[in-house]
Amino acid sequence: MEHYHMNLTLKVWRQKNNKSKGKLETYQVSNISSEMSFLEMIDVLNEQLITEDKDPIAFDHDCREGICGMCSMYINGQAHGPWQQNTTCQLHMRAFKDGDTIVVEPWRSTAFPVVKDLVVDRSSFDRIIQAGGFISVNTGNAVDANALPIDKKDADDAFMAAACIGCGACVATCKNGSAMLFVGAKVSQLALLPQGEPERESRVLNMVAQMDKEGFGNCTNTYACEAECPKGISVANIARLNSEFLKAGLSTED
Amino acid sequence: MAMTGIFLILFLIVHAGINACIFLNDNGETFNQMAHFMSHNWILRFLEVGLFAGLILHIFQGLSLWSQNNKARPVQYHFSQPSKNSKWYSRSMGILGTLLLLFLIMHLSHFYVGTKMELYGGVHHDETLFEEMKEVFSNLWIVILYVVGVIALFWHLYHGFQSAFQTLGINHKRYTPLIKIIGIGYAVIICVLFALMPISMYLGCIK
Amino acid sequence: MVLDSKIPHGEMDKKWSDYKGHVQLVNPANKRKLEVIVVGTGLAGASAAASLGELGYKVKAFCFQDSPRRAHSIAAQGGINAAKNYQNDGDSVFRLFYDTVKGGDYRAREANVHRLAEVSTSIIDQCVAQGVPFAREYGGLLSNRSFGGTQVQRTFYAAGQTGQQLLLGAYSALERQVALGNVKMYSRHEMLDVVKIDGKARGIIARNLIDGTTERHFGHAVLLCTGGYGNVFYLSTNAMGSNVTAAWKAHKQGAFFGNPCFTQIHPTCIPVSGDHQSKLTLMSESLRNDGRIWVPKQKGDNRKPQDIPEEERDYYLERRYPAFGNLVPRDVASRAAKERCDEGYGVGTTKMAVYLDYKDAIVRYGKIEAGKTGLENADHAAIVALGKAVVQEKYGNLFEMYEKITGENPYETPMRIYPAVHYTMGGLWVDYELQTTVKGLYALGEANFSDHGANRLGASALMQGLADGYFVIPYTLGNYLAEEIRTASISTDHEAFVLAEKAVNDRLSTLKNINGKQTVESFHKRLGKIMWDKCGMARNEAGLKTAIAEIQALKKEFWSDVKIPGEVNEFNTELDKAGRVADFIELGELMCFDALNRNESCGGHFREESQTEDGEAKRDDQNYAYVAAWENKGDNGWELHKESLNFEIVKPTQRSYK
Repeated sequence: MEHYHMNLTLKVWRQKNNKSKGKLETYQVSNISSEMSFLEMIDVLNEQLITEDKDPIAFDHDCREGICGMCSMYINGQAHGPWQQNTTCQLHMRAFKDGDTIVVEPWRSTAFPVVKDLVVDRSSFDRIIQAGGFISVNTGNAVDANALPIDKKDADDAFMAAACIGCGACVATCKNGSAMLFVGAKVSQLALLPQGEPERESRVLNMVAQMDKEGFGNCTNTYACEAECPKGISVANIARLNSEFLKAGLSTED
Repeated sequence: MAMTGIFLILFLIVHAGINACIFLNDNGETFNQMAHFMSHNWILRFLEVGLFAGLILHIFQGLSLWSQNNKARPVQYHFSQPSKNSKWYSRSMGILGTLLLLFLIMHLSHFYVGTKMELYGGVHHDETLFEEMKEVFSNLWIVILYVVGVIALFWHLYHGFQSAFQTLGINHKRYTPLIKIIGIGYAVIICVLFALMPISMYLGCIK
Repeated sequence: MVLDSKIPHGEMDKKWSDYKGHVQLVNPANKRKLEVIVVGTGLAGASAAASLGELGYKVKAFCFQDSPRRAHSIAAQGGINAAKNYQNDGDSVFRLFYDTVKGGDYRAREANVHRLAEVSTSIIDQCVAQGVPFAREYGGLLSNRSFGGTQVQRTFYAAGQTGQQLLLGAYSALERQVALGNVKMYSRHEMLDVVKIDGKARGIIARNLIDGTTERHFGHAVLLCTGGYGNVFYLSTNAMGSNVTAAWKAHKQGAFFGNPCFTQIHPTCIPVSGDHQSKLTLMSESLRNDGRIWVPKQKGDNRKPQDIPEEERDYYLERRYPAFGNLVPRDVASRAAKERCDEGYGVGTTKMAVYLDYKDAIVRYGKIEAGKTGLENADHAAIVALGKAVVQEKYGNLFEMYEKITGENPYETPMRIYPAVHYTMGGLWVDYELQTTVKGLYALGEANFSDHGANRLGASALMQGLADGYFVIPYTLGNYLAEEIRTASISTDHEAFVLAEKAVNDRLSTLKNINGKQTVESFHKRLGKIMWDKCGMARNEAGLKTAIAEIQALKKEFWSDVKIPGEVNEFNTELDKAGRVADFIELGELMCFDALNRNESCGGHFREESQTEDGEAKRDDQNYAYVAAWENKGDNGWELHKESLNFEIVKPTQRSYK
């Protein structure tokens, strides 16, 4: 790969806290290497801001290897930026060229209120999992791991659904702010496995109820979530969520 | 949304099928007979109520979705590039639907209100429905409006058909591509048929 | 103070069952009255909090991330070991125990390791029951793969995302307990001190990272599951937020720090590309199963790897260690890479990298596939295409990650790799019950020093984190809490809480008010460079002494010239980071002391003064068969305590992978 350096204009959302109003601020960064990751570029800007006695930009990040799901920037009009199947931390500056202007905003959703600058509160996802995103098995209750063979295809599909990192890009991208891909991935994972069978109906009903309560929007099948999901979670999982929900809704006695 | 959508999709097949009788070029005879049957058979009249209920439910569901979805993102992005991840028509079902509703009001005022007035209001018409069509479609502007309406319908169906299956939980590696093809075929055939009616009548191809 | 490791008496393979059989229990009605604080929600923390919640204790769990699911256990790729012997290849609890003690270069406590091997099988059962989607064979049964340092296939995996799947399993169990009201979760909270009352840990002071306020939390016991301290090197494969602060505060409150210098340098990471680098990315060790590691035979060879013919390549691991080849333990593989690069055979622009090549594996798999489908006469291109598909199925996500970071396609051109700091075997000293030298204060997972000795085998960290949380602490904690049932909850208005909170706030405002010129990041980078250069893959006396002096000077400079923007009582990531870096600086000094004290080479710790003629690590069992447990003496440095290691079963020999 050829390396190069670039000067960039950044327009970044700044918002002091949850109560204040925010706005886009413009910054210049220079001599950015194409080998840097996007967050390393933000690091450079932050060091610059601190030296200028300004408040650095707050943003969520942790593992910086695309798996923890903490980084969450809406870059140039796309969740996690221009690359497909990619997180913000894995976006590299070779995606941009000298002189570019880059707009960076936080995830926008009623269910993800802004904490500060680019940091949002995604605890609504935790509460959805609390509603049913688990298999009730206390430690020590388990039978031998090989006692229950699982069709490889089901196991693989469950794994693909379980690859979700809970970053919220699906919600951020969806024009309706819907969390159906996130919920669909978890419901699918557990519905595909025999271990998930006993709580199958209550799980989907409770998780969907919690999702609605948190203020997420509805799915209108634009499939933008799938296109922007850093882990490529398929919308087939949303269909499975729909069918699980319909079946559970029809058969439940409550 | 999906259930009412599929119901309306089924209705459109009947609607397009009957209207296509005008292409028989028998001076609208078959068409008029069919239309008469449709508007006077009591089972169909009963179904008609269901059709309107389905339509109104579809509209109501759409409005409720729109309002809930708006609440889910009160602060919009300053810069967003939705075209990078989704098709415009899939994002525009609300607008397309609104266009269709406006079109429908016009359409009903042209061909439905009159028939019903005759049926229930005792207002007598000398013209058959076929003749009415000929008259309405002699106006270029109306023909253009109809074609625009049909284009809106096309995109609405193009997305709506397969979307309905997804919402009902049907997404299958083997069958979904087939559903998509059928959906596209359906949208094309229905819309071409509908669009040809005003155009061919305006051009005088229908006798 | 004499260290009591509380190892149960009796035969090695009976110790744990005997312990469990005789341990004190807490009845369910009393459990409801006992409060337990769990700090950290990685594999150890989430599994402990969930399991204790299930038992009926009142648990409070803390993590600094926005959700417990973000803990860095999530990034573990390769797998988790368990002595299931599903492959019928001769594995057993004893083998896993033996391999782990040997792999740790005889610096681990045998009894702990044996317990770990015993419970390993239950972990897999538990995880499968939770819905963890491990890889499976076509028959529907679990699949295994091999890993460095072993000759059996005992590693369970979920593609390259095993840590993620295991953590999400533990996280879901934790969230279930949150929903049931047994666990109260405090995310975006950082523990900033342990509160001790009458010599026992009775709670913590935590800072709410959103508004910057401090809070007091009582607990009958405190569990630290706060991970390792690899970020003392600035560049490591740890998450940006991974830190030593909780463990360090515990250390300052009297918990001894065990073997701080034992650091694992992972051999297969993506090399540093420049000064801007903020962290390093690991490529799973499982890549060594099929990839071959080489450098050019000729120094400073600038040809493209594809242009270097077979006979001019030096497969140095296969050459030096024919028995284990590319699957030697991590410390051996890392040092061998460093040796080649130091000698001038390195590749890439920085010359600090070696090749990890999949060319042969692609052809080998391609031929097998061609054979399966009867394409005996398939041409080379067809075989390569078939082989690539197999490799993609096995390692696809790792290859993608490599391509994203470097922009190079590893199916076509060999990957460049170099060792990077990855794991710290050292940590808070704990006894058999995982209790530190402070009563009521426990350390689990990577935060403790216990099971891996001087070098951890691949796929053993996940095993240890979950073993501690699911299957050890529920028993050992009960043994302590059974004595505490008469202790009513202590009000957080108690003087000890007030004083501890004041001390925390004083430190925060001191940091904030230094108003110097240099950023926190710049100090961290400088610390990292000192540590990597002088306390990294190879260490010597002169270097360590210089490092200690440099770190002491750096500490002074930090406390007089650090610059922190913003306010204390607000969301202030620079202030968060400053506190962590301040603790890293102190830890760095202790690590150098420990490395200096241990004048032998063992596992990840390589003292240049102690090596064999052909450059292999040389252990000194005569003088150093002990755990170095350091007691903090405030401004007077540290006092060394030794826990001598007695090997009843696995008799120490010079490790050989030749």
